[in-house]
Amino acid sequence: MQVATGKSILDGIAIGPVHFYRKVDMVITPVSALTPAEELARFATAQAKAQEQLGLLYDKALAEVGEDNAAIFEIHQMMLEDDDYVEAIQSIIETQKATAEYAVSTTGENFSATFAAMDDAYMKARAVDVKDVSHRLVNILTGVGEASLLGDQPVILVADDLTPSETVQMDKSKLLGFVTRKGSTNSHTAILARTMNIPALIGVDIDESWDGKLGIIDGYNHCVYIDPTTDLHATLERKRQSDLQQRALLQGLKGMPNETLDGRKVNLYANIGNVGDVGLVLQNDATGIGLFRSEFIYLNSHDYPTEDEQFAIYKQVAETMGGKKVIIRTLDIGADKQADYFNLDKEENPALGFRAIRICLTRKEIFKTQLRAILRASAYGKVSIMFPMITSLWEVKDAKATLAECRKELEDAGIPVGEVEIGIMIETPAAVMVADDLAQEVEFFSLGTNDLTQYTLAIDRQNPKLDRFYDPHHPAVLRLIRMTIEAGHRHNCWVGICGELGADSTLTETFLRMGIDELSVSPSSILPLRKIVRSLDLSKESQV
Amino acid sequence: MKQFQYTITDPLGIHARPAGLLVKAAKALDSTITIEKEDGKSAVATKLMAVMGLAIKAGNTVTVTVEGGNEEANAAAMEQFFKENV
Repeated sequence: MQVATGKSILDGIAIGPVHFYRKVDMVITPVSALTPAEELARFATAQAKAQEQLGLLYDKALAEVGEDNAAIFEIHQMMLEDDDYVEAIQSIIETQKATAEYAVSTTGENFSATFAAMDDAYMKARAVDVKDVSHRLVNILTGVGEASLLGDQPVILVADDLTPSETVQMDKSKLLGFVTRKGSTNSHTAILARTMNIPALIGVDIDESWDGKLGIIDGYNHCVYIDPTTDLHATLERKRQSDLQQRALLQGLKGMPNETLDGRKVNLYANIGNVGDVGLVLQNDATGIGLFRSEFIYLNSHDYPTEDEQFAIYKQVAETMGGKKVIIRTLDIGADKQADYFNLDKEENPALGFRAIRICLTRKEIFKTQLRAILRASAYGKVSIMFPMITSLWEVKDAKATLAECRKELEDAGIPVGEVEIGIMIETPAAVMVADDLAQEVEFFSLGTNDLTQYTLAIDRQNPKLDRFYDPHHPAVLRLIRMTIEAGHRHNCWVGICGELGADSTLTETFLRMGIDELSVSPSSILPLRKIVRSLDLSKESQV
Repeated sequence: MKQFQYTITDPLGIHARPAGLLVKAAKALDSTITIEKEDGKSAVATKLMAVMGLAIKAGNTVTVTVEGGNEEANAAAMEQFFKENV
């Protein structure tokens, strides 16, 4: 048995034969035996054929993944007709007596290099699209079929990389999952896979010898097994079956209210780490986003993300959620989450160090860029803002003052800004102790139970030796949670949990009895939690 | 020759989709239409990749030049297009 690890795109399991997809290394003959006029005609025919393919692909994507995701293929169609692109190809054919495929492939490289060199993240990403279009033309010209990607049997596809068009055009009944060497979790391909509910791993050191062998993608554990042992195969097959059953069972809960038998309601929101997760949020019928970890934007970037870049992301999420609440947590970087360009010093105790709101209140220009982006996005949906790592009242007052400053600047410039609910994370014992004061400054509290446990029990979460001492069910932690809820409610402040404890089904009843207003959990935990909530009866004697 | 200036209000600027729409609109007119950014970079409006290559963002002011054909009517049509789409 071989095991390889990567980054998982979807929690799920796929079992089946591995099909190793080799991009045919096309042998492109530069010099043509035909006349330039004949090559020009070949190009024109290929161009028309590519238009037709893209039209079909657009329709397929429209039906499977929606208009926003399908639009990419409409842009491909326009690129294919672009004057400069077409003229460059024709000129190479005419002046160099080249084959059409050589002219297309050279032009594709040149144009995509131009886009890749632009200092605009959005335009940089278009380089892949130019390549995709050129690749399509070359395939048509050299007669490489498109259907060669998959065989007759359903398979786990292993490839170096997959383009968006390759992902969409695959026959879903033949595709169990895929494993690639390249790609990022935010790439178009990853987003499509997630929307289509296909287990996938990226960043895997793939090996051609896997071809034809039995493979298992374990999305929960971010790994792929080749030639698994019989035991492992049986275990994961059971897990896969129970996933399927669970999914079928839970689908019936969609659209049902999060309400106990005796009528107590609770909001079940989702935690997300990037834009691609929004599809999952909607699929799992979450009533809002309770924690949008904005730091991924910083961690995936090589330099400070600009206001416009951030705005585009927040706006997309707010719009996609269509009026449902989106709580954006401001930058929570430092400690275990580092980005090089912040140039943060090495610290003895990073968990107790320069992180989150402490960075924001010190380096105000970074903070303001983010706050302006969030405020601008608030004109397009229901956006709330949440400050992390609060220990003192003055921090909240300072953060609010900076937010008000940003709002005024935007309003003076005539830029639309919506209503924004303000809240804070409660993740330090200090914040719990002064919760009565904090509650008068904000509209909601969200308990970050991972850090609250770490800071209460004085246990470093990163140290695996301390696992047996790290007990989030410790009475001290639960008592702090209760104190937070009570203090919040004394001052009309709603209180939720966005830490991992929120999804702990053994505590759901306890939290509801304490009066929790909201639980924010990973999208896949929403429906299981709804099931539990709907089975509880708080009017009866407690079972826990 | 007719000219007008326009400041982009679409938060995403002229990204791929509006660039595509612009190219379509410009191709339908019988004038040569050029878009110039404040930094002097310019592109002919019928060329998609060139227009995208300008990477025009919200807040940028562009100068649109309409030459040849029915300049009066085409300039008006372009101005209308910018107001409605970007």
